Amino acid sequence: MQVTMTVNGTEVTRDVEPRLLLVHFLRETLGLTGTHWGCDTSNCGTCVVLVDGEPVKSCTALAAMTDGHEVRTVEGLAQGAAGGGTLDPVQQGFMEEHGLQCGFCTPGMMLTARALLDREPDPDEATIREAISGQICRCTGYATIVRSIQWAAAHPAAAPTEQEVVA
Amino acid sequence: MTTVQERSPMPQEREPNPALTDPSRPIGFGRVQRKEDPRFVRGKGRYLDDVVLPGMLHGAVLRSPMAHARLVSIDTTEALAHPKVHAVITGKDLEGLNLAWAPTLSADVQAVLATDKVRFQGQEVAFVVAEDRYSARDALELIDVEYEELPVVIDARRALDPGAAVIRDDKEGQTDNHIFDWEAGDKAETDAVFARADVVVRQEVVYPRVHPAPMETCGAIADYDPIDGKLTLYETTQAPHAHRTLYAMVAGIPEHKIRVIAGDIGGGFGNKVGIYPGYVCAIVGSIVTGKPVKWVEDRSENLMSTSFARDYIMKGEVAATRDGKILAVRTHVLADHGAFNATAQPTKYPAGFFSIFTGSYDLEAAHCSVTGVYTNKAPGGVAYACSFRVTEAVYLVERMVDVLAQELEMDPAELRLANFIRPEQFPYKNKTGWEYDSGDYEPALRMCMEQIGYADLRREQAEKRARGELMGIGVSFFTETVGAGPRKHMDIVGLGMNDGAEVRVHPTGKAVVRISVQTQGQGHETTFAQIVGEELGIPTEDIEVVHGDTDQTPFGLGTYGSRSTPVSGGAVALAARKVREKAKAIAAAMLETRPEDLEWEKGRFYVKGDPSAAKTISEIALGAHGTVELPEGVDGNLDAEVTYDPPNLTFPFGAYICVVDVDPGTGKVKVRRFVAVDDCGTRINPMIVEGQIHGGLADGVGMALMEFIGFDEQGNCLGGSFMDYLIPTAMEVPDWETGYTVTPSPHHPIGAKGIGESATVGSPPAVVNAVVDALAPFGVTHLDMPCTPARVWAAMQGRPTPPI
Ligand code: FES
Ligand code: FES
Repeated sequence: MQVTMTVNGTEVTRDVEPRLLLVHFLRETLGLTGTHWGCDTSNCGTCVVLVDGEPVKSCTALAAMTDGHEVRTVEGLAQGAAGGGTLDPVQQGFMEEHGLQCGFCTPGMMLTARALLDREPDPDEATIREAISGQICRCTGYATIVRSIQWAAAHPAAAPTEQEVVA
Repeated sequence: MTTVQERSPMPQEREPNPALTDPSRPIGFGRVQRKEDPRFVRGKGRYLDDVVLPGMLHGAVLRSPMAHARLVSIDTTEALAHPKVHAVITGKDLEGLNLAWAPTLSADVQAVLATDKVRFQGQEVAFVVAEDRYSARDALELIDVEYEELPVVIDARRALDPGAAVIRDDKEGQTDNHIFDWEAGDKAETDAVFARADVVVRQEVVYPRVHPAPMETCGAIADYDPIDGKLTLYETTQAPHAHRTLYAMVAGIPEHKIRVIAGDIGGGFGNKVGIYPGYVCAIVGSIVTGKPVKWVEDRSENLMSTSFARDYIMKGEVAATRDGKILAVRTHVLADHGAFNATAQPTKYPAGFFSIFTGSYDLEAAHCSVTGVYTNKAPGGVAYACSFRVTEAVYLVERMVDVLAQELEMDPAELRLANFIRPEQFPYKNKTGWEYDSGDYEPALRMCMEQIGYADLRREQAEKRARGELMGIGVSFFTETVGAGPRKHMDIVGLGMNDGAEVRVHPTGKAVVRISVQTQGQGHETTFAQIVGEELGIPTEDIEVVHGDTDQTPFGLGTYGSRSTPVSGGAVALAARKVREKAKAIAAAMLETRPEDLEWEKGRFYVKGDPSAAKTISEIALGAHGTVELPEGVDGNLDAEVTYDPPNLTFPFGAYICVVDVDPGTGKVKVRRFVAVDDCGTRINPMIVEGQIHGGLADGVGMALMEFIGFDEQGNCLGGSFMDYLIPTAMEVPDWETGYTVTPSPHHPIGAKGIGESATVGSPPAVVNAVVDALAPFGVTHLDMPCTPARVWAAMQGRPTPPI
C-alpha cells in the first residue's frame, strides 16, 4: 500500500507492507536511524517520535496509521541543515547537564521533552518525571535527564517553534 | 582551547577539589562536556542496527519453548520453501562445521544450536536467513520441531538431589548437576573464632537472578569475504579484541583475517561481554550465503537467553562480641549457573571476586565456599555491573551487618564505624588474600550521615513509628575490588587481563589515542582525551580517541568489571608520559641544552631559571617530525605505546544511606531520599563520575524493589519482557544526592580507581536495609529482593518467602 506523510517537514510517499511498523518505516525505509527500538511490549520508549506534535511510540503504530500526518524525529530537532544547524534547547540541555550516556534512549527522551515544553514551558520536577515515565533509561538514573529538561526550560531563547521547523 | 564548562554547582555537590576542577585550568581533568554528545543528540550515533551493508540479509533464531527436552526431529522444508528465505541452519549443519558447540569463558561448552537436547527455555534451535527481518520471523513459524519433554531442574537447592535430572549428559563423566566447589580463607581458623564468639547471627540471603537489560539489545553483522577470506564482524561487544581472538580459536579463521568493529553501544553493563550463539550463526549465515548477515535479538530473546546476573543463595554467618566487635564472617554459597557454565571471569576465580565478602571491616578470620550447579535456566552469571561478583559479596556482608545490629540492638551506622579498617592499616591485607590499596572509610560514612541528617531522620522515624507509620533508614558501606588485573593472577581463557594504548602527537600538535577498551556510554572519548591532556597539556578537543575497531587499536581485554580507567587509563597515562620523556629530549636538542636542565609545565618545557626559553608541545611535535637534529636514540616522532599490567587491583569505596517509606496498606516501598558518598580516587571528569554513580543507584533501586527473572515449575521464564521484568522509570527513583572524598590509589599512574560499578554494587543493601528497618516493628529481620509490594506485604504478615 502507499503512504504519504510529512517527516521532519518533508513530504514522503512510499509503498509499504500494511504490517510495517512506523519505527521500521522511519529507520529502514527512510534511513532515519536516530529513532531507536528497544522492546517488544511498548514499555521502553526508545522509539518515541512526535506525531502531530504528540509523543507516540513508533513501535506501536503502523506506518499506515500515520498516513497524512506530520512526524517529527530526532533528526528534525535541530534547526537548519541535517547534521548541523542550531540545536534545540533540549539538545543543548542534555549536553550541558549530562542527560545522556549511551545515547540510546536520548532521542525519545528529547522528543518527549520538546512536546512537554511546547505545552508547558516551565514544568516542575514532578511534571517532568511524569512526562518521561513511559520511557526507560538504563544509564543515567533520570536525575540528569530532569535537569537537562529544566535547563532547556530555563533557556528557551533559541527554541524554534513547531511551525518554523515544519515550514 | 577546551573550556571547563561554567555552571552553578549541583545543589548536593560538595566543594570541588580545587586541584582537579579549578576552572582556570582548561586542560586535562575537570568537568568538560562530552565529545560524543553532539552526534548522539542529533540522532547520529551509529549503533549496530543502524549499520546497513549492501546486499545484507537478516537472521532470526528459532528458540526452544521448553526448558528441558530431547530433540526428536527438525523439519525445515517449509521454511526453506519461503520465497525470501536464503538459508535455514540447524545444529546438524553446524556439527558438520564442528561449530555446534562452542567453548565458554569458563572451561565449559555451550550449544550454538541444539543437537541432542534443549536445556533452557529460549535456547537456540535453528537460524533462518532471509531477505528482510519480517520474512525471517515469518519463516521461523514454518519450522517444525518435535520435542520429547524431560523433567526440569529449576530450584538450585534441588539440583544436587539424588533423583534430579542430569542436565549435562553431553559431558563425559558428568553424572549429576555439580559444576565446581571453590573456597577462600582459612576454615579452621574461622571456625575457631566462631566457636568462642559471644554472638553469632545467621541468615540465608538470596541475590535473585536479574538481567542487565541495556536499552540496545545484542546483535551482530557478519560480513565474510570468500575471496580474501576476511571476516568483518560488527558487534555489540564490550571486548572486541578478546572476541577476535576467541573467534580465531573457535572458528578456525586466522586472527589477522578477522576484524571486529564495535560502533556505538547502547549500554552493556556486562550483557555484551560474552559471545552468543546468534553471533556465531550470523557468521555461518554469511559464509553460507556469501552475503552480510545481520542478527539482532528482540527484547524477549535478550531477557531469556543472554547473560543473566547473580542467582546466588548465600548462607551468611557473622561472629561478634556482645559489645559490637565483628570477629569473623563465614558463608556457603549455592551458585546457579544455568544450563552451561558460561560466566565471564578470570580463570582462577570461578566465583569471581566474591571472596571480598569481608567488606570494609577489620576481621580476625573469614571463610567462604561456593558450589556451582547446573539448572534448566539460561547461562551467563557475571553481568549487570557486578565487578565479578563483588555485588553479591557486598550485599551479603552489608545485609549481615544489619542483621547483627538488630540482634545487638545497636545503630547500624555506629556498628560499621566501630569495625572499619582504620586508615593507618592500609595497604590492608584481608583474610581471603586481597590487598586493599588505600582507604579512609570513617570520613566517608560521617559525611554521608551528615548530608542526609542521620540523627534527625532517626528522631523522625521514632515519631512515625509511634503513630504506626513505616519509615526505614538503610545504611551500606562497600569496598570494591576492580581493575582486573595483574597478569600473573588474572587471565580470561589464557589472555592476561592487560590493555594496550597508543598515543601519537601529530606534527601540528594534535593527538590521537588508540585504546583497547570499549565504551558503552561511559564517555571514553572524553575521559581518555582528558588523561592525555592532563599529561601533555594538549587541549581535550585536540585529542581524538580511537576505539572499537580491532584493526585500528592495540590489543586489550575490554570494558567490564570497572577496568577501563584502572587498566586502560593507566596504559594511556603511561604512554603519554613516554611521549613527554621523548619530547623532553627533543626539546633539549631544540633549546641546545641538556634534558636535565628542563622543567615541565603543563604543555611546555622551559629551561630552569629562564622560563622564556621554552618549547611548547606543538613546537616539539613539529620539531620531532621536522628537521631538528635528533638526539642519539630518539626517532622522529612523538608516539608511544604501552601495554599496562596493573600491579594490583584498585579498591573504590563508598557510604550510602537510603530512606524509604512503606505504605502499610499495600506494602509499596517509596524511596524518599538517597545519599551516596563515593571515593573512586582521582576524579577525571566529575560530571561523568556523577553520571556513573546515578545510573548505578537506579540499578540498585531496581534490583532491590522490582527486577527479577523468575521461573515457574516447568521452567518457563517469568521475566521475559519489560511487562514482567520491571526496570525503574523516573517515577521510582528519587533525585540522587551525592558527595565524595578522594583517596587516590597509590599504585595507579593517576591515582584513579574506577567508578563504573560502585553504585550498582553498593546501593541494593542500602535499599533492602531500609525496607527491613521499616518493617522492624513487625519483627522482620530479613527480606529477600525484590521487595515488591506483594512480598513486603507477606513479610508484614509474618510470611517472608525467598524468591524462586
Ligand atoms: S521499542 Fe520499546 S516502546 Fe517502542
Ligand atoms: S543514556 Fe543509555 S539508556 Fe539512556
